[in-house]
Amino acid sequence: MNFVYERFLGGKSGAIAIGILALLILVVLPLALDLFRLNLVGKYLTYAFAAVSLVLLWGYGGILSLGQGIFFGLGGYAMAMFLKLEASDPESTSIQTTPGIPDFMDWNQLTELPWFWVPFESFTFTLLAILLVPSIFAFIIGYSMFKRRVGGVYFAIITQVIAVILTVLIVGQQGFTGGINGITDLKTLNGWDIREDSSKYILYFINAFLLLGVIMVSKFILTSKFGQLLLAMKDKEDRVRFSGYDVSNFKIFVFCVSAVIAAIGGAMFTLQVGFMSPSFVGIVPSIEMVIFAAVGGRMSLIGVVYGTLLVNAGKTAFSETFPELWLFLMGGLFIAVVMFFPNGLAGIYNKYGPKVKFLRPLFSKSEKAETTTESAKIEADATTEGAK
Amino acid sequence: MSYFSRRKFLGKTGALLSAMVAAGFITSSAMAADYPTAEVNTTGMAVTDDTVTVGILHSLTGTMAISETGAQEAEKLAIKQINESGGILGRQIEIIQEDGASDWPTFAEKSRKLLVNDNVAAVFGCWTSASRKAALPVFEKENGLLYYPTFYEGLEQSKNVIYTGQEATQQILAGLDWVAKEKGAKTFYLIGSDYIWPRTSMKIARIHIEKVLGGKVVGEEYKPLGDTQFGSVINKIRLRKPDVIFAAVVGGSNVAWFKQLNAAGITSKNQTLLTLSVTEDEVLGIGGENLEGFYSVMKYFQSQDNPNNVAFVKAFKEMHGEDSVIGDVTQAAYLGPWLWKAAVEKAGSFDVDKVVAASEEDDIELTTAPEGYVKLHPNHHLWSKTRIGQWNKDGQATVVYESDLIEPNPFPEGYQ
Repeated sequence: MNFVYERFLGGKSGAIAIGILALLILVVLPLALDLFRLNLVGKYLTYAFAAVSLVLLWGYGGILSLGQGIFFGLGGYAMAMFLKLEASDPESTSIQTTPGIPDFMDWNQLTELPWFWVPFESFTFTLLAILLVPSIFAFIIGYSMFKRRVGGVYFAIITQVIAVILTVLIVGQQGFTGGINGITDLKTLNGWDIREDSSKYILYFINAFLLLGVIMVSKFILTSKFGQLLLAMKDKEDRVRFSGYDVSNFKIFVFCVSAVIAAIGGAMFTLQVGFMSPSFVGIVPSIEMVIFAAVGGRMSLIGVVYGTLLVNAGKTAFSETFPELWLFLMGGLFIAVVMFFPNGLAGIYNKYGPKVKFLRPLFSKSEKAETTTESAKIEADATTEGAK
Repeated sequence: MSYFSRRKFLGKTGALLSAMVAAGFITSSAMAADYPTAEVNTTGMAVTDDTVTVGILHSLTGTMAISETGAQEAEKLAIKQINESGGILGRQIEIIQEDGASDWPTFAEKSRKLLVNDNVAAVFGCWTSASRKAALPVFEKENGLLYYPTFYEGLEQSKNVIYTGQEATQQILAGLDWVAKEKGAKTFYLIGSDYIWPRTSMKIARIHIEKVLGGKVVGEEYKPLGDTQFGSVINKIRLRKPDVIFAAVVGGSNVAWFKQLNAAGITSKNQTLLTLSVTEDEVLGIGGENLEGFYSVMKYFQSQDNPNNVAFVKAFKEMHGEDSVIGDVTQAAYLGPWLWKAAVEKAGSFDVDKVVAASEEDDIELTTAPEGYVKLHPNHHLWSKTRIGQWNKDGQATVVYESDLIEPNPFPEGYQ
């Protein structure tokens, strides 16, 4: 029990922070918001998966990926393919030249289901694909780059290029992918209508629990020896390498984990929004995910969830209130965050939290001190292992 | 009395203005009393004793903003004119505007907001097929009503959408017939941007060229959206010397496409070119000098010389500035609120089911449409004429051909 408490929640301050977040997304928001707004929050929380994945990869690993949209998209498309096949039964597509295949294939003169679509008739396969396809893809990218010690800005640019390539591929192969329109008009999941009000509530809660679960697993990873090595690699990669660790393997692993997390978000996105399109795969969404992480604080698993909620709520609120000015307001928000709070929301909390009386008990041991002792410990570890 | 004559009347006799407004109020309140809110709105929409709320949903930001601005301006103009002429069922129309931000899921999100939170009676909006496809399930689920203004690929007919632009066969077949007859064209080179609308359009064009006109397609090519490299296509065109280039290139690519054609010496002097995707709005970017002599096939051109259009152009420029231009989609968007008004008044109700039922009765027509007479077909599309315009240096087109009224046929037999 103590193990769970320390490792999955991150001790007292971590447990309280997760508790507050759980209270907010599981109780307060569902009670305070109508279904339309709650559905929007659900959509934002799917982006939060991508932001959490960036905490592992970028915040701790120091590997900036400008292509998390790739994995978000792969997860989303896998789910969308399953739902689209279910929505395209011969009866409801009887007006088509070839009934029983998705409508966009019919418009593109396809007369039978492409081979790679066929397995997506199985729900089990789809769930596996959501987890495996992104991690295999991430493994290939990671292996070919980290083994050659490609890192830093070059890695960021290459991930961005892959995001563009994937978008072009999806748009270009519209007979197989739905093209720029995406895969739309999704209706049921194993016969369960995902468009009903009750389904929207259920999906929201599944999504929220999954997010909390992912945060706890991430916390577990970060509090393990692996997490500490990650941090050490970020600060002094060579030193870790000289200590006898194979740095590239750690990087490949964390890249795969972050890919899976983003893909889960993508799959939940498709379920809640009801379609998937290439506009979630390309550069713009990928950079937006980095912005969510930056605003929330890239070193904080919880902070990025608030960051994602804040940026998206701002986007929706500004665009509803000032439809012609909202982009300027968003731009102002980003500039303000970068200029005044470089560590994001989590930075504000850690800096000003201890000064607020009722929050003081949470800061018995400041985060910074903790990190320092941890990296000191790691260095000691590394030295001893190196000595062996 | 049409709104045009009323506008003139107001202008000439300022002294009568207040009396007229007062009279307007009397008639409108009398009308509103004839239609109690409880009866015209049984589905909980945003309708009060003297107002009815509608939504406008176009991209105000992002890459599509340039194209969609004209459409939302035209919708606002139509709504303003309807309000000045007494509103609908005695109620003034109020607008809630949302920004689709050139982002398809945002269109779905904002549609849901307009229908679920704001309970609007109708929405005028969407531009690209992708945005419509994203919003469509929301309109069907929430039983909303969308007036969609763009010429598009067809293959769709939703209970919850009225399509005020042309579907593909209306635009394409008349254009091809004309070019075959007038120019004696036998060989065609098809080129378009790579997405659903150009591909469907070219599919229809190819079947018509090969089976009906007895011509030959000597090349068919699709370029990615936003692509600006047309050198290889232009070389192939030089090699194969088609009688006609039939083009559906959109957006930013359009500018590169015509400039590079021009630079390569392919102009109207030595080549016939017919495009499906250039309206007055696009000419602003392409430049009239790069287009001079080429042809567009559309249902509307700003230069059309009929009293409806002269008044429309004047009113549009008064509201949105002397420099504004009006393209095909802008005009089609302008029809939306008027078609809705006609259907609501016929149904005597704002309820979507009743308005749709009234729209499907095959007798809603607009004699005041800038493009000329249009009539709503029970399949939710418009009967309209197709016109061919030849572009001039100044960015306006001279209409060189006008078809008869063409029946809309979103699911064309033999062309699929």
